[in-house]
Amino acid sequence: MTVFLIRRFSQSLAVLLVMSLLVFVGVYAIGDPVELLVSAEADQFERARVIADLGLDKPLWEQYGYFLLQSFKGDLGTSFVFNQPALLLILERMPATLEIAFAAVILSIVIGIPLGMIAGLRPHAWYSRTIMSVSILGFSLPTFWVGLMMIMVFAVILGWLPASGRGDTVDLFGVPVSFLTWDGLTHLLLPAVNLALFKVSLVIRLTRAGMRENMLMDYVKFAYAKGLSHARVIFVHVLKNILVPVVTVVGLELGNVIAFAVVTESIFAWPGMGKLLIDSIYRLDRPIVVAYLLITVVMFIVINFIVDVLYSVLDPRVRLESKS
Amino acid sequence: MTPPLDIATVAIVDEPLPPPQTPFRRFVSDFMESPLAVASLIVFSITVLIAVFAPWLSPQNPYDLMQLDIMNGKVPPGTEDIEGVMVFWLGTDDQGRDLLSGIFYGLRISLFVGVASAFISLLIGGAAGLFSAYMGGRWDVFLMRIVDLQLSFPAILIALILLAVLGQGIDKVIIALVVTQWAYYARTVRGSALVERGKEYIEAAHCLALGTRRIIFYHLLPNCLPPLIVIVTMRVAYAVMLEATLSFLGIGLPITEPSLGLLIANGFEYMLSGYYWISFFPGVALLITIVSINLVGDHLRDILNPRLQR
Repeated sequence: MTVFLIRRFSQSLAVLLVMSLLVFVGVYAIGDPVELLVSAEADQFERARVIADLGLDKPLWEQYGYFLLQSFKGDLGTSFVFNQPALLLILERMPATLEIAFAAVILSIVIGIPLGMIAGLRPHAWYSRTIMSVSILGFSLPTFWVGLMMIMVFAVILGWLPASGRGDTVDLFGVPVSFLTWDGLTHLLLPAVNLALFKVSLVIRLTRAGMRENMLMDYVKFAYAKGLSHARVIFVHVLKNILVPVVTVVGLELGNVIAFAVVTESIFAWPGMGKLLIDSIYRLDRPIVVAYLLITVVMFIVINFIVDVLYSVLDPRVRLESKS
Repeated sequence: MTPPLDIATVAIVDEPLPPPQTPFRRFVSDFMESPLAVASLIVFSITVLIAVFAPWLSPQNPYDLMQLDIMNGKVPPGTEDIEGVMVFWLGTDDQGRDLLSGIFYGLRISLFVGVASAFISLLIGGAAGLFSAYMGGRWDVFLMRIVDLQLSFPAILIALILLAVLGQGIDKVIIALVVTQWAYYARTVRGSALVERGKEYIEAAHCLALGTRRIIFYHLLPNCLPPLIVIVTMRVAYAVMLEATLSFLGIGLPITEPSLGLLIANGFEYMLSGYYWISFFPGVALLITIVSINLVGDHLRDILNPRLQR
C-alpha cells in the first residue's frame, strides 16, 4: 500500500509540474507578459522595473524556475483590480463555490439514487420509461439556459425565490456559509438545483444499471431464499453493492461540478471563485486567471488522488493490478 | 489519473457489426424501427437545412442595419412592425431585430462551429488512436498518458484556459473545442482498433504483405467505424452545447458572430424586466438541436451495439 501511495503521489506531482509548465507557457510566453502584468497606465520606468523584476531578460527555463519558486512560496501575483494577492482573493471565494458544489452533489444523490432504483427494479413500467426519457433530457439541456428559465419562472413570474447573490451567511468555523440561514437557503436552492441537473441524470443511469445487474445475481436469490423481506434485500443487500460505483463516480464528478460552477455562478451572481474567474477574464486581470488555473489544477489532482486511493482501498483488484 | 465517466462512451463496445448480407440496408431498417429516432433525424435535418439556407429563409437580414428599426425593439411575439409590413413571429430583441431571423443565422454559426470542431477532432483523434493502436509499445503508452491526463480535467475548464489565453474568435473557439474533444476520439478508435488488430483478417492482410498504410486505412479503419459514428453524433451535440455555454459567458464567439449562445446572453439582461422571449426562443432552438442529435445518437448506439443485437 505504501508503495502504491508513493507511486501515485509522485505521479500527481509530475502532473502538477506539467500543468504548471503549460499554464506558464500559455499565459506568460504566448502573450506579452509585460502587457499582461503591468497595468495599461504604467510608464516607461515602471515597465523597465517590472521586466527586471520578473527576470524577463533571462532564458525561458530560468523564468519558469522563478515562477515555480514564487508559486511554492504562495505568491501567485497581485490582482490589478483589487490590488490584493490573487491567492487570497480566490481562497476567500472558495467556500461559496464549494458550498454550491457540495449542495449539488448531495441533491443529485438524494434525487438520483431513488429514481434510479425505481427505474432499475421495473425497467419496462411506464414510470421507469418516463424517468429514463427525462434523464436524456437532463444531459441534453444546456445548463445555462435552464438556469435562465429557472430565474424567469421562480424569481420573475412567481417571485418565490431570489435570483442572485448569496443571502445572509453565518460563520461556521470561521467560514461564511449560506445553508444555515433561511435567507441563505432560499438563495442556495436555485443555483444548486441548476448545477445538480446534469449529475442527477448521471446518477439515475448508474443506479439503474447497477440495480438491473445486481438483481440477477446469485446473492439476491440466496437472500430471498433465506426468507428475507423484499425491502431488506433491496435496501440493505443490493443498495450496498450499487453504492460503490455510484460513490466513486460522484467523487470524480466533484471536480467537474466545481468547474461547471463557473457557469452557474455567472448566471446567479453567486460570489464564488468561478464568477471571479469570468470577471477577471473580462478585466484582463491575468494574475487571478493564472492563480485560479493553478489552484483548480491542484484541487483536481488532490481529488483524483483521493478517489484513486479510496478506490484501491474499496476494490482489492485495483491494488493487485498496480503491482504487476 | 482516472478519467471522468462519459455517458456517450459507456455503452460503446469494441466490436463491429456482425456481417449481414447488405450492412447498409440492414442498418437503415434497424434505424427505421424507432419512430422517435426517425423523427429526431428529420428534425435535425430540418435544422441543418435552416442553417444552410438561413439567408434565403429569414424574413429579414438581422445584421443589415438598414433593415432594422429601433422603434420595433423588444416587441412581443406575433406583433406586426410599425409599417405593418412584416410580422415578428417570435418578437424582436432590444435593437428591433427579428428574433426568428436571428435564430436562423445563429443556428448557422452554432452548427458550423459544432460540426467543424467535431470533424477536425475526428481527424486528429482518429489518426492518433489508430497510430497508437497499430504501433503499440512506447508510442501507445505515451499517447494514452496524454489522453488520460486530458480526460481527467473537465472540458469546460480546458476550454476556459485556452480561450483566456487565446482571446475571442470563431477560429479560437474551434481550436479550443478540438483540444477538448480529440482525446475522446483517440481513446474510442484505439479501443476498437486494438480489438480488430488481433483478428484473423488483419493477420491475413499481413501475410499478403500489404503495406502498413493500406492495412490501417482499408482494413482496420472501416471496422472501427460503428463506435466512431456514435461518438461523432454525441460529440457534435456536446460541442454545440459547449460553444453556446462559452459564448454565453462572453469568452467564446465575438459579438460579430452571433451564435445561439450569444443571442441567449443578449436576452439575459432584459429577462428580469419580463422580456422573456429574447432568451427563451434561441434557447428552445438550441435545445431542439441538441436533443434531436442526442436521440439519434442514443438509437445509433443501440443498433450498432453487438451486445444488444437481437
